[in-house]
Amino acid sequence: MTYSDIVLDHYNNPRNVGTLDSKSNTVGTGLIGNNEWGEVIRLQIEVSLTTRVITAAKFKTFGGGAAIAASSLATEWLKGKTIEEAARIDNMDFVAALNLSPVNLHCSILVEDAIKASINDFLRKNGLEELSVAEIENADIEEEEDIFH
Amino acid sequence: MPKLPIYLDYNATTPCDPRVVDVMLPYFTEIFGNAASRSHAFGWTAEEAVDHAREQVARLIGAEPKEIVFTSGATEADNLALKGVFEMYSSKGNHIITTETEHKAVLDTCKHLEKKGASVTYLKVNNEGEIDLKELEAAITPQTILVAIMYANNEIGIVHPIKEISAIAKKHGILMMTDATQAVGKIPVNVDRDGIDLLALSAHKIYGPKGVGALYVRRKSPRVKVTAQMDGGGHERGMRSGTLNVPGIVGLGKACELCMEEMEAEAKRLAVLRDKLEKALLELEEAYVNGSTQHRLPHVSNLSFKYVEGEGLMMGFNREIAVSSGAACTSASLEASYVLKALGLGDDLAHASLRFSLGRFTTEEEIDYTIQAVTAAVKKLRDMSPLWEMFKDGIDMNTITWEHH
Repeated sequence: MTYSDIVLDHYNNPRNVGTLDSKSNTVGTGLIGNNEWGEVIRLQIEVSLTTRVITAAKFKTFGGGAAIAASSLATEWLKGKTIEEAARIDNMDFVAALNLSPVNLHCSILVEDAIKASINDFLRKNGLEELSVAEIENADIEEEEDIFH
Repeated sequence: MPKLPIYLDYNATTPCDPRVVDVMLPYFTEIFGNAASRSHAFGWTAEEAVDHAREQVARLIGAEPKEIVFTSGATEADNLALKGVFEMYSSKGNHIITTETEHKAVLDTCKHLEKKGASVTYLKVNNEGEIDLKELEAAITPQTILVAIMYANNEIGIVHPIKEISAIAKKHGILMMTDATQAVGKIPVNVDRDGIDLLALSAHKIYGPKGVGALYVRRKSPRVKVTAQMDGGGHERGMRSGTLNVPGIVGLGKACELCMEEMEAEAKRLAVLRDKLEKALLELEEAYVNGSTQHRLPHVSNLSFKYVEGEGLMMGFNREIAVSSGAACTSASLEASYVLKALGLGDDLAHASLRFSLGRFTTEEEIDYTIQAVTAAVKKLRDMSPLWEMFKDGIDMNTITWEHH
């Protein structure tokens, strides 16, 4: 298994490893995967309740090099994005950025799912509707609107 | 500081011993004759070299030279033994007994034979990797023609009680075949003492060249016959046609001779180093040995480090240390090793395993370096592992609802 330099960089210098307080209502936690696959990804985001902008992101991952690198990269990407923008991160974005081979496609899907799960956890906690497909796709035009009436 | 990278994957393959290479070299250029050319000196010298190698191989396993059939390796020897016996003895029965933890060369050949009408029993193993001899005997039917059980397992190094197994087979008039690829040259193997009728071995696991191996086929009590799987010039008494790989065979012979001379001392030296490595790594929390430590090859240690994943762990040092992982997270199936699963290991442990296999050129300095590098990598990965955090917080992993995608 040979990985790209960027995978090795994230593996050797993982960004934002850690834990946020999962009980806080500004934190969304996504725990995806299971032991059976040998991959468990926990991604956490801290979101501003007023702007819906992600102010912090942390991960912990049990898995191979690709899963660790994709999780680490995800935390970098998430910071500063609104949750709608974050929800549009696609697994193929990781494949492209990390130059992953087809056997590692699975890891990229798990990370995408972990992002969505963390967003939905945040929304559920705050009594908000989970994002619909339309909202994700129209995030560009809607991102300026304040949905917190 | 040892020279990097360090090789601790001798069960995968071994470097050719320079002494083996030396004796092989003339057979590529000067002594290039076809061993089947009976009419001139070029052929005669090649044949002499092959005969000498046949004796060297036979001596290592306590066989007669005439009982050695050269093949391209152990996979071919396994195929020839299983398919050859099945076809030769089909009138007597169609049942083969083997184990769940065999090498794929045996398992996949058995699967192939099932399509050809064979009935195969795959014996289960216990959490140490051992088979139950009572279960073996109970599996025997009037249709059973062959018991095929490996001498030593490639992943965990367990050595099966071949003598006891063959005694059961003999009692019921059944042939006993063993894939001894990992055992020959490492521990004493003797076809008479062990009651073996067919035995597969390979040169590249014992410091010989790749692409050559042998099948032992018993000639007396009982006289075993196998149906050839290759048609052609009738080489190797008709059992394996194809021009002999003379340099390879010469190398295999020399490799066997060296093992014969050095095996005992080497096994002792490696057991000390292996135990040092194992003891040091077991000092890490939640670290376990996989398979029996009672009946085990002296140079193998298969360890699981819970809450880290094997491939991810290996990445921490694989530019410096070469080992194998029982985790197959790089494959599309994401399956853990079937051998470790057969021992009953949970997925968490099966995914978190490393196989260290030491060999002739392993030094103590290398082992010391490995201990330090693996320990550091385990600690680093655990700091990154959500499962480790849950474990440390006392959370029962079974209470977690995993979100599947």
